Amino acid sequence: MPPSDTRQNEEPQGVGGQSQGQPLIVFDDVVKRFGDLTVLDHLNFSVAPGERVTLIGPSGSGKTTILRLLMTLEKVTEGVIWVGDEPFSHMRRGGGQLTQASEGYLRERRKRIGMVFQQFNLFPNMTVRQNITEAPVHVLGTPKGEANARAEELLDLVGLGEKIDAHPTQLSGGQQQRVAIARALAMQPEILLLDEVTSALDPELVAGVLDVLREVAETTDITMLCVTHEMGFARDVSHRVLMFDQGRIAEEGSPEQIFGDPKEERTRSFLSSVLEKGH
Amino acid sequence: MWDFQWTLQILPDLMDGLAVTVQITVLGYLIALVLGLLIAIVRRAPFVGAVLHAAMEFVRTTPLLIQVVFVFLLAPAYISPMTVGIVVIGVHYAAYTAEVYRSGIEGVAKGQWEAARALSLPARRTWGAIVLPQAIRKVIPALGNYLIATFKDTPLLIAIGVGELLTEAQQIGSASFRVVEVYTVVGFLFLLVSIPSAILLRRLERRYAAV
Ligand SMILES: Nc1ncnc2c1ncn2[C@@H]1O[C@H](COP(=O)(O)OP(=O)(O)O)[C@@H](O)[C@H]1O
Ligand SMILES: [Mg+2]
Repeated sequence: MPPSDTRQNEEPQGVGGQSQGQPLIVFDDVVKRFGDLTVLDHLNFSVAPGERVTLIGPSGSGKTTILRLLMTLEKVTEGVIWVGDEPFSHMRRGGGQLTQASEGYLRERRKRIGMVFQQFNLFPNMTVRQNITEAPVHVLGTPKGEANARAEELLDLVGLGEKIDAHPTQLSGGQQQRVAIARALAMQPEILLLDEVTSALDPELVAGVLDVLREVAETTDITMLCVTHEMGFARDVSHRVLMFDQGRIAEEGSPEQIFGDPKEERTRSFLSSVLEKGH
Repeated sequence: MWDFQWTLQILPDLMDGLAVTVQITVLGYLIALVLGLLIAIVRRAPFVGAVLHAAMEFVRTTPLLIQVVFVFLLAPAYISPMTVGIVVIGVHYAAYTAEVYRSGIEGVAKGQWEAARALSLPARRTWGAIVLPQAIRKVIPALGNYLIATFKDTPLLIAIGVGELLTEAQQIGSASFRVVEVYTVVGFLFLLVSIPSAILLRRLERRYAAV
């Protein structure tokens, strides 16, 4: 089922971002190395505002690294990441030259980006409410009352309204992940990064989390980058699928094309291996 | 023979000594708790951290007695022996509590730092609201053990004439030659403080280990 919104750019976009309109995220010849290991190899792609992109590919192909670069948890080795009209991995110096972004610059820029982790990473020393209101209050300066009201709304959205004063340790994995989604949304991010958010969950808890994300996808225009092995979910929610292999894009296309008629042998064998694992 | 009457007579002087001992212990330990925490945090900085680490290593590998005497001899005369004792004991044990805090901080999952960063939390909140509450909770029992160690080390201050319990005892003992009575009472007084402290610590340990 294709996404039912009114966006026009459902067309697969070429590598390098030859999309009509201004892209929101651009990876411009990005290289990421850890020591001798090249994890991202001159990577070029772009994402349009409001677009939902699923990243698939074998383990170790660099998907997590892409999200971590966007979250500024890692630094690029070469190339530049752009978000909006501004450089993101770098900043402008006098004369328009780009230099490595400073910590202060990154702190400002990454406020527009939220991330949900595979291992939830809720703060165990805080209640659910504090987890959700911490950043709005202390980063955005939202008044406490307002942040609280918003936390309640978000918890209702993820179906955990009655857990607001619980501690994370009292929740199941699926519930924790739904709180983590609420926590990320509380910052009203333009971009949401989802890294295998259901991989650490017991199978019976996966559907609840995916339903919440479907709802978020349908009711907001947040741009999403989603790494997942849940192919049904990817097909329902994403506008475009990027298949990664060894730090490069092996194939990209609409979910219908990638899942229904993959052109590349690598994509085909990857998809069949995922299906075998019973996802 | 054990003279009970006489023992009662010397008790007030010994209690004064005990009060000083407890005061030194508490104040020294507070310095160790606060300073150790600061050291553990600053130690993570690249250059200053390495220097600090070397300094702490030095403090841990030289005897407290020598540190006490050394600082006492260097300190200007208007600083009382008691103040010297408190500060030296505090700094000495800060070198140990810093290690305890460090292990607690390193025990906080990497994902906690990353989640804080993903939420753009400033360093002050990341440390104050997320990392330290989790780190300190885990090391409360280990920190508690250093309270008892501090207490047991206060008699070293006899070397610089602080009027703590052992100094009092020595004065009474050498004036009366009734050494057995005096030191028996001193032993009991130490136990009087350390046993309840130990019980309290075990309780704390159970309470925080349970989580
Ligand atoms: N911090 C790191 N240090 C060294 N190697 C790393 C680090 N992070 C990731 N890698 C390596 O980079 C490669 C890509 O990892 P990742 O982006 O996590 O892939 P994926 O999410 O597609 O499984 C892997 O070989 C991984 O071992
Ligand atoms: Mg990964």
